[in-house]
Amino acid sequence: MNKRIIFGLVVILGMMIIALFAPFIAQQDPLEINHDARLEPPSINHLFGTDNLGRDTFSRMVYGSRISLSVGFIAVLISLGIGISLGGLSGYYGGKVDGVIMRLVEIMYCFPTFFLIMMIITFLGPSIVNVMIVIGLTSWAGLCRLVRAEFLTLRERDFVHSAKVQGVSDMRIMFRHILPNAMAPVYVSATLSIGGAILIESALSFLGLGVQIPNPSWGNILTSGKNYMDYAWWLTVFPGFAILFTVLSFNLIGEGLREVLDPKLREKRR
Amino acid sequence: MVEVDSIKKYFVKRNGFFTRDEKVVKAVDGVSFSIKKGETFGLAGGSGCGKSTLAKLITGILKPDEGTVSLNGAVDIVFQDPFGSLNPRMTIQEIVGEALYIRGKDKEEIEKRVRDSLRMVKLSDSNTLTKYPHQFSGGERQRIAIARALIHRPEFIVLDEPVSSLDVSIQAGILNLLKDLQQEHSITYLFISHDLRVVEFMSDVVGIMKEGSLVEVASAKDIYNSPKHEYTRHLIASIPTI
Repeated sequence: MNKRIIFGLVVILGMMIIALFAPFIAQQDPLEINHDARLEPPSINHLFGTDNLGRDTFSRMVYGSRISLSVGFIAVLISLGIGISLGGLSGYYGGKVDGVIMRLVEIMYCFPTFFLIMMIITFLGPSIVNVMIVIGLTSWAGLCRLVRAEFLTLRERDFVHSAKVQGVSDMRIMFRHILPNAMAPVYVSATLSIGGAILIESALSFLGLGVQIPNPSWGNILTSGKNYMDYAWWLTVFPGFAILFTVLSFNLIGEGLREVLDPKLREKRR
Repeated sequence: MVEVDSIKKYFVKRNGFFTRDEKVVKAVDGVSFSIKKGETFGLAGGSGCGKSTLAKLITGILKPDEGTVSLNGAVDIVFQDPFGSLNPRMTIQEIVGEALYIRGKDKEEIEKRVRDSLRMVKLSDSNTLTKYPHQFSGGERQRIAIARALIHRPEFIVLDEPVSSLDVSIQAGILNLLKDLQQEHSITYLFISHDLRVVEFMSDVVGIMKEGSLVEVASAKDIYNSPKHEYTRHLIASIPTI
């Protein structure tokens, strides 16, 4: 088994357990303000210290993990849905359908994604649901091209021709015959995209366009901590590392999967 | 039974994005022939002569630019490469039974007919159904491809180089199986191969194809004993003798 995948999986599974059981793991209320315990350094009571309002940073980060992970997964699910359907149609039918969809992809590529997301969020109003949807709606272009390329080669395979001769419908050929054989690079790309989506969410929250205070997310803990960076390092170091390790883990899983699913290696095993 | 009337298929190749320099490949250039019920029409010719394109036109994988193909009843196809013609992500039951599944047959009937079909190609191991294609040898896979073609009882099967990628020792078994199936079920075949000896063994009528056209059509005997076209003589002369 691939070492990178194992490392990544351990970290991600740990994060997921923390996110799922947040109320049991976080001993303090993440929103409770305590003016007598402001900017306290890490201690037994407050593992990651407290912030400028005396809130427990550990509890806030535990709840913040829910945001990061759910944004990552849901945004990527949305972009998978769009990318696979458009890429599949494009590669399978070719011709005018392909032309229109590929122009659309090129248009998406023209926008600097992050600024596009910022602009849309500014119009729609910042909320975590909007962030998920907008990240999903703006990050499908690469996936679309990937799926299209796979469909282009697979539609010329004899098992697809055979299905056509037997009268199998286009829909069934696309989803039952071609898609399962096209998924390997999609898994890789999707895993890497989860890391990217988490990073975008953190950046948006950092800029005040994501999760709104007082609700915690890794990005906005970082924002409120940056004013106290000189004497309260725990407010920036812990959320910073949390983001780093989560994104790194997804990237390692993606890279590991790429290695495992590489078509050349696959040929050898067959 | 099968009527192919002056079909044409041209492919246009553009030599680069910014050029108007186009090259037209006449893959199939006005081919006509007919096959009687229960007979085998053998199609021979060198590589690149348009045999496989013709097979795709007849089975409807490609649409002809001109001309018509008329078939009485269902058609199916068996391809050259049994590694590429079976979906690696589907079980044998799903592969062979799909033609019935998409026509809404119920589960028991599909399973029964899949078993029948596999028995017809002499693959009757009881746990074949749940295995995947990569668990079989080349010859066995080609039998599975034939079983898939047989399942919806087609009157006409196009065999596009069905033994060319198999070991010589396995070829004879597949060819005899195809002949037996034809006799039992009076199936019509279009048998395509570049190997003239195999074509002679299988066919009633033989067509010789060159650069998209049929240059000679005659009974299997006549083709070998009194070839009329120069290219036919050339092909026969180049059969290696052992």
